[in-house]
Amino acid sequence: MDRKIRVLVAKPGLDGHDRGAKVVARALRDAGMEVIYTGLRQTPEQIVSAAIQEDVDCVALSILSGAHNHLFPKVVDLLKEKGADDVLVVGGGVIPDEDIPGLVAKGVAAVFTPGTPTTKTAEYIRENIKRK
Amino acid sequence: MKDRIKETTGRWYKEVYEKSVADPRRKERRENFESGSGIPIKPLYTPVDLEGKDYEEQLGFPGEFPFTRGVQPTMYRGRFWTMRQYAGFASAEESNKRYKMLLGSGQTGLSVAFDLPTQIGYDSDNELSAGEVGKVGVAIDSLADMETLFDGIPLDKVSTSMTINAPAAVLLAMYIAVGEKHGVSSKELDGTIQNDLLKEYAARGTYIYPPQPSMRLITDIFAYCKDNVPKWNTISISGYHIREAGSTAVQEVAFTLADGIAYVEAAIKAGLDVDDFAPRLSFFFNSHNDFLEEIAKFRAARRLWAKIMKDRFGAKNPRSLMLRFHTQTGGCTLTAQQPDNNVVRVTLQALAAVLGGTQSLHTNSRDEALALPTEDSVRIALRTQQIIAYESGVCDTVDPLAGSYYLESLCDKIEEQAADYIKRIDEIGGAVRAIEQGFIQREIEDSAYKYQMSIESGDRTVVGLNKFQIKETAPKGLLKVDEAVGRAQCEKIKAVKARRDNAAVKAALKDLETAAKGTDNLMPPILAAVKQYATLGEICDVMRDVFGEYKPTGM
Repeated sequence: MDRKIRVLVAKPGLDGHDRGAKVVARALRDAGMEVIYTGLRQTPEQIVSAAIQEDVDCVALSILSGAHNHLFPKVVDLLKEKGADDVLVVGGGVIPDEDIPGLVAKGVAAVFTPGTPTTKTAEYIRENIKRK
Repeated sequence: MKDRIKETTGRWYKEVYEKSVADPRRKERRENFESGSGIPIKPLYTPVDLEGKDYEEQLGFPGEFPFTRGVQPTMYRGRFWTMRQYAGFASAEESNKRYKMLLGSGQTGLSVAFDLPTQIGYDSDNELSAGEVGKVGVAIDSLADMETLFDGIPLDKVSTSMTINAPAAVLLAMYIAVGEKHGVSSKELDGTIQNDLLKEYAARGTYIYPPQPSMRLITDIFAYCKDNVPKWNTISISGYHIREAGSTAVQEVAFTLADGIAYVEAAIKAGLDVDDFAPRLSFFFNSHNDFLEEIAKFRAARRLWAKIMKDRFGAKNPRSLMLRFHTQTGGCTLTAQQPDNNVVRVTLQALAAVLGGTQSLHTNSRDEALALPTEDSVRIALRTQQIIAYESGVCDTVDPLAGSYYLESLCDKIEEQAADYIKRIDEIGGAVRAIEQGFIQREIEDSAYKYQMSIESGDRTVVGLNKFQIKETAPKGLLKVDEAVGRAQCEKIKAVKARRDNAAVKAALKDLETAAKGTDNLMPPILAAVKQYATLGEICDVMRDVFGEYKPTGM
């Protein structure tokens, strides 16, 4: 492959728990991807603008505060609005199983809950990015 | 005597141990054993490992310097630790109900969890609060919510701990105002505000203002409480979140005490005498899985802090030297897989905290890797503490594990390594600089990554996660916060703004602005604004305009 997969790891909302986001960012880097981490407290607008500016293939969202049903779909919708719906959106965090089908229906490709090995996340991204 | 033991220990290693491990049937499980902090663990500890250590110097007696054996002379023979479950969700009404349930079940202190907008100083109707209102704690927008939260709770009898940092002054002011309405003077109020901003920058993330004005707010609270709320713990210097973010036990002690040093220095610089505020400093630690290392950690932290306060700051009051701490069991050790196993993890962690001499304890609920805990799960968590207290017998003598060759040796190693870290942080220029430069964050991130990789490689076993898995169905009956809470909160703000004296609010906020621009203590104008029902967001915005906001550097 001539171009490395580019991933934006992002923390939407007010949640300050970013151990998971940082570990995933580093693991994806170790898996050969180029990773940009947004830092805390990003609005969906800021995340989408960073995704477009950085020309990423995947946006990986992390929320542990319970605001995922509100914020994940907002990122998906905004990407669509900006004509960037070929960007793969995945999510992770403390997300109840029963919320996952709803998130998937709204365009989040996959949700990784606590205990997921980072290798699995990397593999999923590699196999599912839409822009090759 | 010692020489003989040295000789016989050497003989045992050579003639018995080495022969034994050479036998393939008795080969050891691993090539190297080490503690969670990476301290190498030998097969056997004997008096040789404590050679040259003086009992009185290292351990002493409970209630006396260096407090290794505990801060009180009688410890749990007098009374048990305060059983304090961190709780709060949705509205003030819902949380008030949960508090009454907990107090009714034998809990002895309250611990308030606020939602993220409250913790970051935004009202519920702020655009940035959308989706977050009432999610990880209770939403408090004005004194009116605080009145509901503590309705029917005797503030002169219950101690209340509040996990609030950047807007700690505002929430403390609200608590004082509610106390007045109940007829309880601020001098009688007992409780704690977390008020530890340094770990927010390093590990927890709910900062608002840059470090300098944050340090001023903190020292203003120290000064105000000394005269007005003398029983209040003005800060809870927290290693908990540093550990949750991924640090080791040694790093937890080192970074927490380094933060403590920075607060003491700031208060002294602000003109306070060390013995005027140091007795009200309190600490907050994590209790993780590595049982013996955790017990050793609490004891080492106590000894190291006592020495720092005595030698570095010349504190004279014995209370200034005491590291009093709250403990919470390790949230990050809970698994979403086979969640009932978490009850066992929590039991071990809670037992370590008790054997380490904690002053209060929160035990996590089994379902916290999945959602906010249900009432049933919270009750089991509280019962875990009660079983340790009333049934296990570990509380009947002070510091029962003291003198264990291994434990004391671990305790010495942790103290030594933490002191080395503090020295490195001193060389950087203190905790504030070390955080600004990202040193502490990088150290924590490295440990977090190593920990995760050790699980993924199978080197570290987590039962039910990477070994002994079963096929599971999705858990049922998890607690969910209704999205309607956010809308209801917005209505409440509207109602408060319609019935308060808006001219008086404006004047109070103007006074606060003047104080913020100058050097007067910020607590009195904040209290005045709170009493006029100025909202949390309005008060924090005044200071945002004067102080600016903290912007972290990216990764």
